[in-house]
Amino acid sequence: MESLDHIRDELMRLVKGAADLEGLEQVRVGALGRKGRLTGLLKELGALAPDARKARGAALNRLKDEIEAALAEANARLNAQALDAGLAQERVDVTLPVDAAPAGRIHPISQTTDEIVAIFGAMGFAVVEGPHIEDDFHNFTALNIPPEHPARQEQDTFYLAARAADGSRKVLRTHTSPVQIRTMLRQKPPIRIIVPGRTFRSDHDATHSPMFHQVEGLIIDRATHMGHLKGCLIDFCRAYFGMADLPVRFRPSYFPFTEPSAEVDIGCSREGGGLKIGAGADWLEILGCGMVHPKVLRNCNIDPDEYQGFAFGMGIERIAMLKYGIPDLRTFYESDLRWLRHYGFLPLDVPTLAGGLAR
Amino acid sequence: MKTTLGWLKAHLDTNAALDAIVGKLVMLGIEVESVEDRGKHLAPFVVARVVEAKRHPDADKLQLCLVDTGRATVEVVCGAPNARAGMLGVFAPVGAVIPRSGQALKASKIRGVLSNGMLCSGYELMLSDDHTGIIELPEGPQPGDSFVKAAGLDDPVLDVKVTPNRADCLSVHGLARDLAAAGMGKLEPLDAAPVAGAFACPIAVHLAGPDGKACPLFLGRVVRGLKNGSSPAWLQERLASIGLRPISALVDITNFLTVDLGRPLHVFDADKLDGDLAVRGARDGESLLALNGKVYELEPDMTVIADANGVLSLGGVIGGESSGCTESTTNVFVEAALFDPVRTAATGRKLDIQSDARYRFERGLDPEFVRPGLEIATRLILDLCGGTASEIRVSGAVPDWRRTIRFRPDRVRSLGGVEVAASEQRRILQALGCTVGEVGDHFTVEPPSWRADIEGEACLVEEVLRIHGYDAIPAESLPRDGAVPAPALTPAQGRAGMVRRTLAARDLVEAVSFSFLALKDAVLFGGGTSNLKLLNPISAELDVMRPSMLPNLLDAARRNADRGLADAALFELGPHYRDDTPEGQDLVAAGIRAGAVRRKSWDEPARAASAFDAKADALAALAAARVAAETVQLEASAPAWYHPGRSGTLRQGPRTLATFGEIHPAVLRAMAVEGPAAGFEVFLDAVPEPRAKGTARPLLKLSPFQPVSRDFAFVVDEAVPAETLLRAARGVDKRLVAEVRLFDLYQGKSLPAGKKSLAIGVTLQPVEATLTDAEIEGFSKKLIVAVEKATGGTLRQ
Repeated sequence: MESLDHIRDELMRLVKGAADLEGLEQVRVGALGRKGRLTGLLKELGALAPDARKARGAALNRLKDEIEAALAEANARLNAQALDAGLAQERVDVTLPVDAAPAGRIHPISQTTDEIVAIFGAMGFAVVEGPHIEDDFHNFTALNIPPEHPARQEQDTFYLAARAADGSRKVLRTHTSPVQIRTMLRQKPPIRIIVPGRTFRSDHDATHSPMFHQVEGLIIDRATHMGHLKGCLIDFCRAYFGMADLPVRFRPSYFPFTEPSAEVDIGCSREGGGLKIGAGADWLEILGCGMVHPKVLRNCNIDPDEYQGFAFGMGIERIAMLKYGIPDLRTFYESDLRWLRHYGFLPLDVPTLAGGLAR
Repeated sequence: MKTTLGWLKAHLDTNAALDAIVGKLVMLGIEVESVEDRGKHLAPFVVARVVEAKRHPDADKLQLCLVDTGRATVEVVCGAPNARAGMLGVFAPVGAVIPRSGQALKASKIRGVLSNGMLCSGYELMLSDDHTGIIELPEGPQPGDSFVKAAGLDDPVLDVKVTPNRADCLSVHGLARDLAAAGMGKLEPLDAAPVAGAFACPIAVHLAGPDGKACPLFLGRVVRGLKNGSSPAWLQERLASIGLRPISALVDITNFLTVDLGRPLHVFDADKLDGDLAVRGARDGESLLALNGKVYELEPDMTVIADANGVLSLGGVIGGESSGCTESTTNVFVEAALFDPVRTAATGRKLDIQSDARYRFERGLDPEFVRPGLEIATRLILDLCGGTASEIRVSGAVPDWRRTIRFRPDRVRSLGGVEVAASEQRRILQALGCTVGEVGDHFTVEPPSWRADIEGEACLVEEVLRIHGYDAIPAESLPRDGAVPAPALTPAQGRAGMVRRTLAARDLVEAVSFSFLALKDAVLFGGGTSNLKLLNPISAELDVMRPSMLPNLLDAARRNADRGLADAALFELGPHYRDDTPEGQDLVAAGIRAGAVRRKSWDEPARAASAFDAKADALAALAAARVAAETVQLEASAPAWYHPGRSGTLRQGPRTLATFGEIHPAVLRAMAVEGPAAGFEVFLDAVPEPRAKGTARPLLKLSPFQPVSRDFAFVVDEAVPAETLLRAARGVDKRLVAEVRLFDLYQGKSLPAGKKSLAIGVTLQPVEATLTDAEIEGFSKKLIVAVEKATGGTLRQ
């Protein structure tokens, strides 16, 4: 009778020696197929005596299990090899360049406006907007700017050419303050609004643009005083510039529509020629403000003996330039793609107080 | 306005240092724009005496000077013709940096002789344009003394910016008065004692202005027998220190009093006047040759001073050449008047005359200081020029300026936010010159004659705060209604922000462009109507309000292409203007794609911008504005600036939500833009507010049954819009059809001429049970019938 050890050795050698899946299949058929060697030996069992058959049968089954396990192992190995070989054929040059994910940019004016809204929004201000083409009353008269005031001159203010029946001309609003008037005429106090938007002045040089953006703030209630004005604007400046210790200074000043009036400076340093915001030897003016003039309240049918409040206005481009180091005002409106990509912001970079406003 | 520290201290008795004074001015509301130390660059230069001057052995035009510098006697080679023994000059030692050249001086041989320093000209020190000779100093200082000190250049110049309400601070005296009120020293009193008149004033003045307000008060007096020479050194130095050129004693006196006391005066040469003077409105056709050499054509609303021969000067603005003072003037008529601020400003503006007098008159002058000003001027004239003064002739009267303001000291706390004791408030107001009374719980305050700007209680609060110090107001964060504020943005504002960031996320770069543009471009986009033209544009390129943002964006694309960036994808979210009313302004999101939307690369060819890019942008913007795509209808027509065959309009019923398409080639040509370019305009104000339904979404119903997809192709006439086919397919069974997607468009040889094939994929989502083959077959038949009926086409076999 053939030695099972010999058969095992031979079959194991054949399994190991199979070069590919096809070869392995031949080995399997030769061993376990209908006419395979092990199949033949199993068929021969019936001819043996019962005792011998039992022993031989058990040995043959063990051998069969062993060979099947070896075949399975070899099959997995050869399958993996075949896959590897196939994948090697599919190799691509991954150094080929891909286009960067397409993304436009948000203009610095929009981004800065969103930052301003985030801060004042947290202080309970609502955003209000108004028309750019204004009338004399809302832009000047109601704001206590008398008819002979130099701001009304054509060298400062844009007028539309057409005259109304009463001879008056429409004006491109010179500040966002007319929206104060529209709001006070429409809504009873308490009022707490900010007004970001376009403004126009007949000026065009290195530091002036005929169009620029302002944000106006207005609070009217029974109790808001100058200490709140200081607190509100100090809180704003420190949040906007992301400096908890930013020095902020209030100086007496003059605007027709506020009394008392102030200009606000922030600390800066000009050492070494560059401007750096923060504690330093110098001050930089960034906005004007004051308590709303009693005449302005009266012009809006609000009793100044009952209500009071403050107003402020600042240039959005100016504070954007300071924060983001943009050197030239005029470049904001040139739509130069190189500038917009450099100074612009990523679309999903939405300013929030939770996420912080420093970029 | 400029002053020097020394000049200021002539009015203010104080030991305060420069920095303290500057700091106080700023915190009083008087901005100090600069402090100039004129002597900073001249520190090494010293006074020196030329001991001996002899000819250079080898040069005709050079002299060899022995110079006593105080520390040594050195030999200096000098080319100045005025160098001579005995004179006092300015010596630059070796090593000093010469201001004009910026170079350090070296000891060098000049024509063989060593020069150990230099005698300087005013030109070299940048003190004047005079380079014809070296500076000659008057006797007084000793060799070795600092030149800066000897020349009075150690007095720093302050340039202050006074706000328009503070006319009282447009003089050195006024600045000192405000500083004194703030405790920075004691105001030196002015000596305005009357100068007794030796004779009656022979010239009468008749006030006949357009009304009594043009010139309410006119004081005049004659000074006879004077001599108008040069003014003394102290006066010349004062004027020179703030950049005014000394001219003659009389002119210098008026310039000095304008700056020193804020009191402009005018001095006429009395011998050039003909009879009495009239202050009146100019007559048509009158003109004036002014002291600046220019001729001005006058108008009736301008206040002039005239004699029998015509106009002599423009009141409060500028004097005239014909009656001006010269060196030969011996008799003068001195004017001190009040002119109406509004008329003065209007005249100056109309004639474009900037003068120190106008600057002060238009801001309003102290009505009680007309006479004192004239007395002080008279004394100066008599002191510097001699002569005899007449009595003062007064025309008109001091206008009534007195007013009483009710002032509640508690307003400093309730409006100003700081506690200041009532007694301290009283002290501050009195220090400012107010008369303060007390009635019950409030003060009665009478502001001084020089503070016309103090009108009411709020002004007085400001005055108290100003002197008490804005720094002393404690800052308080705003109190809030609750820990979390209400939203700052309205739903519409929030939607606009979403649209902005959605477009940017689609590779469009946000631009901000002017609200005005050139009329010729506005006309291309349906604008340029007469009610939107600017009266005073800064240029013809910016003379009308924009009817659309597309022209600005196209122009930007052109400019970028000129710089080599041919592919521009830009958008703007902003206004355009239909008319000049508040309702005539719309918020629009507009964008353009010019050139290629995709550049050629190793895996894909380039693709030019098309109407479909613009359509996709417009739909994305609308989706961001919460407009559901299935609620929008598309119409294959658009305004004239779009390509007529490649553009469309998106509507919701009667509302136009957006237009899109390729830009009309004629428009591109007119704007010199290289095509192709596609654009869109989304009208955000037309987007309806979503109906308030709370925040909950409709319940999501998920089907457990397998969806089924089937493809169909139809051959239809070329003119049949794809939308017709898609709508027919969607409408077959709305409960069953989850999606209809057009995936192929074919036109070619295998189809009859004028036909196209459109292939759609239809996804069916059963909700009640898995679809049987028969049901699917039944649906397919219905769909084919419906599409064939709607399009007139046939299923492609």
